[in-house]
Amino acid sequence: MVELLNYPFNSSMIHRKCNRIRNELLKGVFSDEIKIAVLGGSTTNQLIKIIELFLLKEGFKTSFYESDYNKYYEDAVFYNKTLLDFNPDFIYIHTTHHNITEYPSFSSSEKEIEIIFENQKTKFNNIWESLQKYNCPIIQNNFDLPLYRCLGNLDSYHPSGQTYFLNKLNHFFAKEAQKNKSLYINDINYLSSLFGLNNWHNKNIWFTAKYAISYEAIPTLANNIVGIINSVLGRSKKCLVLDLDNTCWGGVIGDDGLNGIKLGNESAQGEAYLKFQAYIKKLKERGIILAVCSKNNHKIAKEGFSHSDSTLKFEDFTSFKANWDPKYLNIENIAKEINIGLDSIVFIDDNAVERNIVQSQLPSVSVPEIGDDILNFIDYIERNNYFEIVNLSNDDLNRNKFYKENITRKKQKAAFENYDEFLQSLKMKAEIKPFSNVYLDRITQLINKTNQFNLTTKRYKLIEVEKISKNENFITLYGKLSDKFGDNGLISVMFGEITNKTCNIETWLMSCRVLKRDMEFAMFNKFVEQCLSKSLNKIVGTYKRTDKNNMVSNLFSDLGFEYVEKKSDGSIIWELNIENYNSTVSKIKIN
Amino acid sequence: MSRKELFEKIQEIFRDIFDDEELKIEEFTNSSNIDDWDSINHINLVVAIEGELNIKFNLDELSTLKDVGAMIDLILIKMN
Repeated sequence: MVELLNYPFNSSMIHRKCNRIRNELLKGVFSDEIKIAVLGGSTTNQLIKIIELFLLKEGFKTSFYESDYNKYYEDAVFYNKTLLDFNPDFIYIHTTHHNITEYPSFSSSEKEIEIIFENQKTKFNNIWESLQKYNCPIIQNNFDLPLYRCLGNLDSYHPSGQTYFLNKLNHFFAKEAQKNKSLYINDINYLSSLFGLNNWHNKNIWFTAKYAISYEAIPTLANNIVGIINSVLGRSKKCLVLDLDNTCWGGVIGDDGLNGIKLGNESAQGEAYLKFQAYIKKLKERGIILAVCSKNNHKIAKEGFSHSDSTLKFEDFTSFKANWDPKYLNIENIAKEINIGLDSIVFIDDNAVERNIVQSQLPSVSVPEIGDDILNFIDYIERNNYFEIVNLSNDDLNRNKFYKENITRKKQKAAFENYDEFLQSLKMKAEIKPFSNVYLDRITQLINKTNQFNLTTKRYKLIEVEKISKNENFITLYGKLSDKFGDNGLISVMFGEITNKTCNIETWLMSCRVLKRDMEFAMFNKFVEQCLSKSLNKIVGTYKRTDKNNMVSNLFSDLGFEYVEKKSDGSIIWELNIENYNSTVSKIKIN
Repeated sequence: MSRKELFEKIQEIFRDIFDDEELKIEEFTNSSNIDDWDSINHINLVVAIEGELNIKFNLDELSTLKDVGAMIDLILIKMN
């Protein structure tokens, strides 16, 4: 029943079986809870039910605040005790073109049109501004187009046209979201055109029940919203693992040979594979890690990417497994090699049997049922929102470079007899400093997606990180590390709150990209230095065990901390007197 | 489709919407007999019936669907 929530959505079944799907999902175990406030400009009952299904599927136990019918503005702008008490993690504003209260009339002057436009802008600006007090991300619909356009084609370019007016507002929303870090646009303008306005709107259900969008479109909309939530929380997938034959090119390279595979502009099929490769290449450029898992001879498989028309090159893949082992074993190895969880992997294979084996052996890997028609592969990757992204940081753009450099480092490591010598040879340089504004996005991203080297796995929203960075009572540090092979970017975050001469480490984490480089010691030395400069004498550390952070279970004891107690929630408290602290030696030069 | 077959299909839809495998409806069953049959679930019922039987209700018809018997009468007219 739960598989109904995978693309392509069978809307009528999802609605009909909604309660059953929910009951089935509720049997699962939930590690995360989430509170969503839905402020609607139209009826939202069924939308909320379906949003809940998608969130449950992602492992969130969900509770909702739902505004009264069309009371989104009042709920946002006026004092609202219920909403304050609810303390939402996300606020979703479900407005559509039905909520535009005034359009220009055909006789409006330029000046009058401007005023009408300003009024709509002000209304939404007021909403976003007053919602800031809730300290949480706001997900805001932009506008879908109405079914009818009184001015025909002219509607799209006449200053009084509704289409023109709505497009202008959408542009304004986009500009605002570029400036406002906690505002995320739910692009229903795109969704509705993807769906077709005739299917997106349903006049019957609008006039009888005031649903602004059709039942048919609700699962697509809900899935899109949950995609944004997932991405804000850093839970999007990281790595795309591809099969080769009939996935990256048409035909079987082992049988057909390099010149026999279908790839390139000579045939319709070859062109479709080319288009697919170009899409994958774009994913790579925005930070998705690529890997190959194919039943093939390594040499022959590699040769495929030397095809003159191949957009993807062998070097584009961080991990390349072409052999005859079962695919699930190879995928496990890929995860280990790249150092990511299996739940960060999406596997694309045209062969239903292979998909089935991988899915049953590795249930946390995402294995969409893509069929075997190359024309549909991208749809499955994109419409399942695996790689939804809410901002594009430099670290995203450089991620593949980081992993590539890591492989060079690994090779280099083998050439040294002892590890210290290897570290020395890397000529590492670090920048370790208190949080500064330019890095807050990246810091938040790291806080929300780091699982392994993470002492407390506490998640923070951007607004909270911003507050902490301004709070005098916090000691904050970020760490950037570079070496002779390249720049790793910002890879470590640490902060703690000061009370009575003691600093309590709330968060300490590091990207797995830079494990075993002594970066944690460099971070800690600097942290102690900061504590001493504020005349503190003690640091308290907390280790909270999760399924993924075993690697740091001994970190505090390794640094000389004393065990204090184990709390009822399972977290272990450590403390260190720093008055006579001897800094740990590290091979990193700090600047 | 006979009235009996249609009745069974409608019963299936009711069981799904109200999440009750055992639910038994009668011709005279109306919103006062089923606790969760509110205006929201009424819409869900209508949408599910439309989808299952590939029919469309008109605006003024929606408010006349007061009980199961009335629903089935109307559906039979629509399907013929």
